[in-house]
Amino acid sequence: MTMIKVDHLAVSYGSGDKLTRVVKDASFDVARGETFGLVGESGCGKSTILGALAGRNRQWTGSIEIDGEAISQKRTRGQLAKQQLVFQDPFGSIHPRHTIGRTLLEPLEIHGKDNRQARIEKVLQDVGLPHNFRYRYPHQLSGGQRQRVAIARALILEPQILLLDEPTSALDVSIQAEILNLLKDLREREQLTYILVSHDLAVVAHLCNRVAIMQDGGFVEIATRDQLLADTVQHPYTRQLMDGSRGYVGKRSPHLSAIPRSVTSSVLSPDAC
Amino acid sequence: MANASDTILTVENMSVEFPTLSGITSAVRNVSFSIGREKVGIIGESGSGKSTTGRAIMRLQPPKAIVKADRMQFEDVDLLKASEDEMLAIRGRRIAMILQDPKYSLNPVMTVGEQISETVILHERVSPREARERTLAMLGRVNIRDPERVFDLYPHEVSGGMGQRIMISMMLIASPSLIIADEPTSALDVTVRQQVLSILDELVIERNIGLLFISHDLNLVRSFCDRVIIMYAGRVVETIAAADLDQAKHPYTRGLLNALPSLNHPRDRLDVLQRDPAWLEN
Amino acid sequence: MTRSGYFSDLHDWLINEEFTSSRQARFHKLYVAWLSLLANPLALAGFAVIGVLILVALLAPLIAGHDPYAQDLAMALQAPSAAHWFGTDEFGRDVFARLIYGARTTLYITILVTVIVAPIGFIIGATAGYLGGWVDVVLMRITDIFLSFPSLVLALAFSAALGPGIENAVIAIALTVWPPIARLARAETMTFRNADFVVAAELQGAGMGRILLRHIVPLCAPSIVVRLTLNMSSIILTAAGLGFLGLGAQPPMAEWGAMAASGRQYLLDAWWLTTVPGLAILTVSLAFNLLGDGLRDIMDPRNG
Repeated sequence: MTMIKVDHLAVSYGSGDKLTRVVKDASFDVARGETFGLVGESGCGKSTILGALAGRNRQWTGSIEIDGEAISQKRTRGQLAKQQLVFQDPFGSIHPRHTIGRTLLEPLEIHGKDNRQARIEKVLQDVGLPHNFRYRYPHQLSGGQRQRVAIARALILEPQILLLDEPTSALDVSIQAEILNLLKDLREREQLTYILVSHDLAVVAHLCNRVAIMQDGGFVEIATRDQLLADTVQHPYTRQLMDGSRGYVGKRSPHLSAIPRSVTSSVLSPDAC
Repeated sequence: MANASDTILTVENMSVEFPTLSGITSAVRNVSFSIGREKVGIIGESGSGKSTTGRAIMRLQPPKAIVKADRMQFEDVDLLKASEDEMLAIRGRRIAMILQDPKYSLNPVMTVGEQISETVILHERVSPREARERTLAMLGRVNIRDPERVFDLYPHEVSGGMGQRIMISMMLIASPSLIIADEPTSALDVTVRQQVLSILDELVIERNIGLLFISHDLNLVRSFCDRVIIMYAGRVVETIAAADLDQAKHPYTRGLLNALPSLNHPRDRLDVLQRDPAWLEN
Repeated sequence: MTRSGYFSDLHDWLINEEFTSSRQARFHKLYVAWLSLLANPLALAGFAVIGVLILVALLAPLIAGHDPYAQDLAMALQAPSAAHWFGTDEFGRDVFARLIYGARTTLYITILVTVIVAPIGFIIGATAGYLGGWVDVVLMRITDIFLSFPSLVLALAFSAALGPGIENAVIAIALTVWPPIARLARAETMTFRNADFVVAAELQGAGMGRILLRHIVPLCAPSIVVRLTLNMSSIILTAAGLGFLGLGAQPPMAEWGAMAASGRQYLLDAWWLTTVPGLAILTVSLAFNLLGDGLRDIMDPRNG
């Protein structure tokens, strides 16, 4: 069953002469319970697609359907609650002067939910934080704990979709593992659908069923997880990104031929000394 | 790896301490290592003291910090005893530094070209016209396609990858014998990262110098460096050849490796690092 | 349990960051602010002076000893003495009593101006900063018009138009004080406008009112409080200036500026008539400035 259906989505910023089309033409479906990845380098438009899905960017054309319902540029509260965004930077995404409890209470107040205290306790437990964290301020928490709070805030409205914008790229490797495991557990327990934006193909391959590789506002390829792991991707750009997530490939790799090498090879001729 | 005569930098039992309200905290504790004509990586998570180590070598630690060591020898210079004037002569010329964001290393009110030419004039004592020619040649060497245009750009107008290449081009002129690179590619896209690294790689090999590469990216350090120093909570827990990283013995190193999602060895769940208080004892 | 034991327990409870209730979290924040105030002697001195001012204003009838309005022409222009600590004025009124009652007027003016100015400045500035576009342009140009006049001249013009009297003086002063607050609120709002936590609230369906009140106010409040505290001295001085020029408090009301003004004619014979209220104005203005500087260090989010 399709949870998200995006057809010929184009997103732009600004107007008049300054109009920039960040996403040119993107179409994809995401099934319920699936995790769909968006991968690419900075400026390719991956976060912009996520913003359009979340309701952050309203300057888009094309069609978006969420849970069978066509979404317009302006959304109702109920439509906003269906998907929630988790931000990249756990230090900037939580209000610095609100306690964690206050941060989690806020969405409940907006949507007039009942049983607020019980919901807060449950969601803290879901993301693996002790109850008394609700009385703390963000500056008393580590990056990983803050990201858990950010996930808790996204979950408290019981959305069906989580939009994850580089959720671990600001975290240390060991913390990243904890958050990725948590996301996997939550997906299974709550039957969530994810869209994960990342620049790291290893992270994407770990969590996603399918991945769209983006360049310059469009998809160059949609690869399955198996294709990534078996190294049978089609597009040379995808290969380049895969090499990147393995580390430095230097001259040993033939894949780098995609980049003009003529200049690099003569970088340091002896007369430079 | 590096035999004794090739050693560029030796650090023995270095500690960096910060006085705080609640007593003295050590950012770095009893760290010892040496660097020869090779690429040495320092791996560690945030707060492990890896950047502090790099800065302490350059004697660029914050004024309040106290650096102690049994020995800090850079070529013929004792870094512990060198005066501030001597350090000025060393920094940028004999030990160069590349930071994550080149914007902070470049003067924001001078064009890129002027800054490189200044280095050229300082080092080679040539006329301004000749310096310009040399600068354009240097920019071309670090794979900048349109040197004439880049020459007149201000630091805020260049991209991150371009900025790092500009920093490297300045090193081509100054010819340092040790480069300290602190997360030089963390802000760069993968494809640009490969280019910057290959330029850096060739610089180190061509000039036969040492590189201290500070990073949090295990895969990157493992594939780029010759040797890896693993730091945890201000201590060196393990030093190992990059090729042997898979045989690392220390549980922290093993934990880090297992926590990393991998395209080659997919796993359903990632191992979570269990921190052992015993790692803090030594 | 000994008293000191009780206090050290209280201290531990307040300083402990393992909060068990939101009340403890709030008290902790206040207590930490208090500790940093204690660590800043100048700010503490300012705080103490203002505390004394408030006490004096509250307890004026008890402290004054004389009726500030009782005239006794036989006792006019007496030098300071044991009976009249700061002497008497040209109508034989006790200057000390008038000074004490004048503290009430001063506080009345500053508090009233603050209460009027803070919400108006915040709403105008935050709305401009949050909405941007033409709303921002219109609101900020209005602000600019008010800013382009010297504040005393503007206050003079308004109180002349509205007629003399303390309420009108308050309105006139408020009209000159809100524009900088609006500018500040706008600048602060713009820095937080696109912060992730504000976007997160928007994506959860929060409206503009909620975002401004719940999310922006807690972030702007410290700098606005600091700014207002620093402005207190200029409010006091403007009020005194208006009083001096006869446009503020009207006789026989005790007001420091007006007192200084009326003493001017007797400057050579009765120095205390101008000196005493002048010193009071100076002390209180300075205290507010010191406290404002200290609060900036303590409350500014950029420092913590």
